[in-house]
Amino acid sequence: MTLLFTSLLVSSVLMAQGSAMETDVMRSNGKIYVVMAVVITIVVVLIAYVALLDRKISQLEKKNH
Amino acid sequence: MIRKVWWKILSVVLLLYTCSYGFLVKVPTLDDRLQESIRNFFFHVPMWFAMMVLFGVSVVYAVKYLRHQQPVHDHYSKAFAITGTIYGFLGLSTGSIWANYQWGSPWSGDPKQNGAAIAMLIYLAYFVLRGSMNDEEKKARIGAVYNIFAFFMLFPTLWILPRLTESLHPGGEGSEGNPGLNGKDMDANMRTVFYPAVLGWTLLGVWISTLRVRYEIIKEQRLANE
Repeated sequence: MTLLFTSLLVSSVLMAQGSAMETDVMRSNGKIYVVMAVVITIVVVLIAYVALLDRKISQLEKKNH
Repeated sequence: MIRKVWWKILSVVLLLYTCSYGFLVKVPTLDDRLQESIRNFFFHVPMWFAMMVLFGVSVVYAVKYLRHQQPVHDHYSKAFAITGTIYGFLGLSTGSIWANYQWGSPWSGDPKQNGAAIAMLIYLAYFVLRGSMNDEEKKARIGAVYNIFAFFMLFPTLWILPRLTESLHPGGEGSEGNPGLNGKDMDANMRTVFYPAVLGWTLLGVWISTLRVRYEIIKEQRLANE
């Protein structure tokens, strides 16, 4: 959260000086990879949980027949 | 089909692709107002596209239930409605987060925001209605009829009224055609992540819904066997 706010703050300060390279601020300071890692972690963990539920249900279905 | 693995793996691959290239793909510079927050397009917008698909499946099964009275159709209808509602609330909250930084406040009373809130309330009422009845058959039948109404209300609230007036969202009064889908509105680079993202998030929603359906079927079988 602080990261996002800081980067937006930095961007707005740069805007005051008329900088045109705004779209790669996060990539130039390497922090975009942090955001990417966070999002991928969240998505992977959630998907793993869904896969676990899928497997549990498959086992229950097999037991019923 | 709901027990097949291939489309679930496809969903995972598409989502991993979205979550990585969504941050790495080059986005247009334009007038510097949105900057990199436009990347939200790969997360916020697919929530709504996926919601439309999920609610669409839900209403199809509602109609099937009314025609054939098979309980399994009601399980499908309810499961997809639940996941669709969750996606809708995710769309509202991710939109509010984005709006807070972009438009100055999490809620601006923008026509599309209001429309989406109303659409969500209409679907919440579907669950209240179902919960108010004890008899399974009545619950399913009356729920299915309301589901049809709720689905068709999505069109005026989300797609028609917001485009008739001035709006902060793309597509408001004064714009030409359908925002995002007319080929001119989105940079070609962004499109390479956007369409896979929509498919990936939609397939995940379908996966979660089918799990609930399978669970309800097992529960039914257990009760029948006792």
